Amino acid sequence: MTEAASPLPSSRLGGTEVRKISKVDIGLKRRYAAERRFRLYGLLAVTIAICFLAALFSSIVAKGYTAFQQTRISMIVDFNPAVIAPDGDRSPAAIMGGNAFRFDDLIAASLQKTLEIDPNDEDALYDGLDLLSKGSAPMLRSMIAKDPSLIGTKRNVDFYATGDVDSFIKGSIRADIPESQRLIKDKHIVLIEKLEKEGALRLAFNTGLFTNGASTRPEMAGVGVALVGSLYMMMVVLVLSLPLGVAGSIYLEEFAPKNRWTDLIEVNINNLAAVPSIVYGLLGLAVFINFAHLPRSASLVGGLVLTLTTLPTIIIATRAALKAVPPSIREAGLGVGASKMQTVFHHVLPLAMPGVLTGTIIGLAHALGETAPLLMIGMKAFVVEYPTTPFDPSTALPTQIYMWATEPERAFTERTSAAIIVLLAFLLAMNSLAIILRRAFERRW
Amino acid sequence: MSAVQVATTFETVRTPDPASRPIKIHTANVRVTYGQKEALHGVSIGIPEKAVTAFIGPSGCGKSTFLRCINRMNDTIAGARVEGTIKLDDQDVYDPDLDVVELRARVGMVFQKPNPFPKSIFDNVAYGPRIHGLARSKADLEEIVVTSLQKASLFNEVKDRLNEPGTGLSGGQQQRLCIARAIAVSPEVILMDEPCSALDPIATAKVEELIDELRANFTIVIVTHSMQQAARVSQRTAFFHLGHLIEEGPTDHVFTNPLEQRTQDYITGRFG
Repeated sequence: MTEAASPLPSSRLGGTEVRKISKVDIGLKRRYAAERRFRLYGLLAVTIAICFLAALFSSIVAKGYTAFQQTRISMIVDFNPAVIAPDGDRSPAAIMGGNAFRFDDLIAASLQKTLEIDPNDEDALYDGLDLLSKGSAPMLRSMIAKDPSLIGTKRNVDFYATGDVDSFIKGSIRADIPESQRLIKDKHIVLIEKLEKEGALRLAFNTGLFTNGASTRPEMAGVGVALVGSLYMMMVVLVLSLPLGVAGSIYLEEFAPKNRWTDLIEVNINNLAAVPSIVYGLLGLAVFINFAHLPRSASLVGGLVLTLTTLPTIIIATRAALKAVPPSIREAGLGVGASKMQTVFHHVLPLAMPGVLTGTIIGLAHALGETAPLLMIGMKAFVVEYPTTPFDPSTALPTQIYMWATEPERAFTERTSAAIIVLLAFLLAMNSLAIILRRAFERRW
Repeated sequence: MSAVQVATTFETVRTPDPASRPIKIHTANVRVTYGQKEALHGVSIGIPEKAVTAFIGPSGCGKSTFLRCINRMNDTIAGARVEGTIKLDDQDVYDPDLDVVELRARVGMVFQKPNPFPKSIFDNVAYGPRIHGLARSKADLEEIVVTSLQKASLFNEVKDRLNEPGTGLSGGQQQRLCIARAIAVSPEVILMDEPCSALDPIATAKVEELIDELRANFTIVIVTHSMQQAARVSQRTAFFHLGHLIEEGPTDHVFTNPLEQRTQDYITGRFG
């Protein structure tokens, strides 16, 4: 700075008059101070942002990490053929049919044995059954239906504890509050301690969180259906919005005449990017469901609606990427006699690809977290069964989070945070993929 | 220059070609307008075959615009309109039946800034022959690439690294690569739009030497800001000023004995 500035004043003075350079005030101090201040502001802003981010993540992780473990009660079950298949028919259909309470009897029998309860003491039995998830009998039933060879054997089976027991074990329901305000009563605590001493009660990794569908019982609820639904939606969005968006932007940027109509289209695309997403949800409800009669709550409709919300983002990003390709490359292509289309697809698009991919992934990430339009088209349903095609009813990760967040149980609260962690992990995976793809497509010049 | 002087000039001063080479490109009364503004006010010139014709003139005089009319690169500029006739041999360049892609295969172009594709050196040269289907086999293609690089006197410098990116070459090498790319499709005419303005003197000398060699096989039209360059490489020179073709003639004639006052003023550096 000073070296560059010094010859100027002396040459202006013609060289005859000698003046010290330090006397010329060109405001250097002020300029440096301004620069330092600006750097400080930047540093401050980044620090604050990182602090908030850290606070957000730590709060979510602190609330949610416990949901990745779950309390199990393992008991030896006597798969008594006389109870399971009283008429001797061991086919899965026969097991899934018939009296549903016979499986509760199996559980009651093994509970009596494990806790050494007097078979005539009904109160003690019911206190013990309170600890087990209400989903235990259906679980046992489908387990036998899947593997009828279990009948006649004695096996150790891991049952889910209820959400309240789970919360008690994890310490979020505390024993030191008065019994009347506690969901886990003293008699239950006695049983829990007994089970713990025998080694029957333990914490295990919660696979059900990832594989189960919706359930009113928190211990049986998982994000499995929502994960599959979100995955289907992302596939629909990717398949529709990437080719449509890229083709649309190539046409608008490279081929369309620049006139009032294309200007109007450009303004409209920019406006569409700013339209609240719930409006797209209403549009989807009116057009895709009421008019086109596509199935309600289906991830196909969700994907279509999210495509509409994503398209403007992708088009804007792609056009920016195409604009950034230097015109000399187009001239080079046309100059050797390539047609316009060949020039665009052989030279311009490959150079714009990193930008296109970044835009697409940002759009997809946006779509993945979108909730409002999905509520409008009914993807806030109670779906237990896995959707096998995008036409089947399903939920999505953000709507699942929304539904769990409205549940009062402590076990649902931790699951809400856990679902947020899963969503964030999904996003992180998508963004990493974007970075890898961008690196792969990037070319140096 | 005052506008009055320009407005009074309608006739281009012409000195015929003593070698009387056949004319490759005929243009008659070419006018180019960008929107409301007319950039070229009727240019008529005959460009001789297998010779170098230089267009000189101050910035904004329309010489590049005129050059880009010859292979219709102006088509890509929104709002540009070209009137008059340009004939390549007997073919009207602006004939609506003429395929512009075919035209550009016959009339190659080298640009001001070296603009190799961000691909390998081989692919840069092979691109044109590939899209035009000029090579029947891989060996054919390799031969075209090698001869083109040889003609562009670049082969010896890059023969060991044909698979490295063309963008990794020096500026002068990149420009010669662009020339190799242009001649790989065996055009009849090569248009050069200030091909040396981004190069250092040594690279410039090499490109000029190359232009002189290429003259034997191609008709070359070069736009240049450097009068020395025009004097060194060209056989004919055309002087443009404010959208008019002021004077054209044999290069030595134009530089030593210009017939027009404005040509004299320009080449002696009185304005420019």
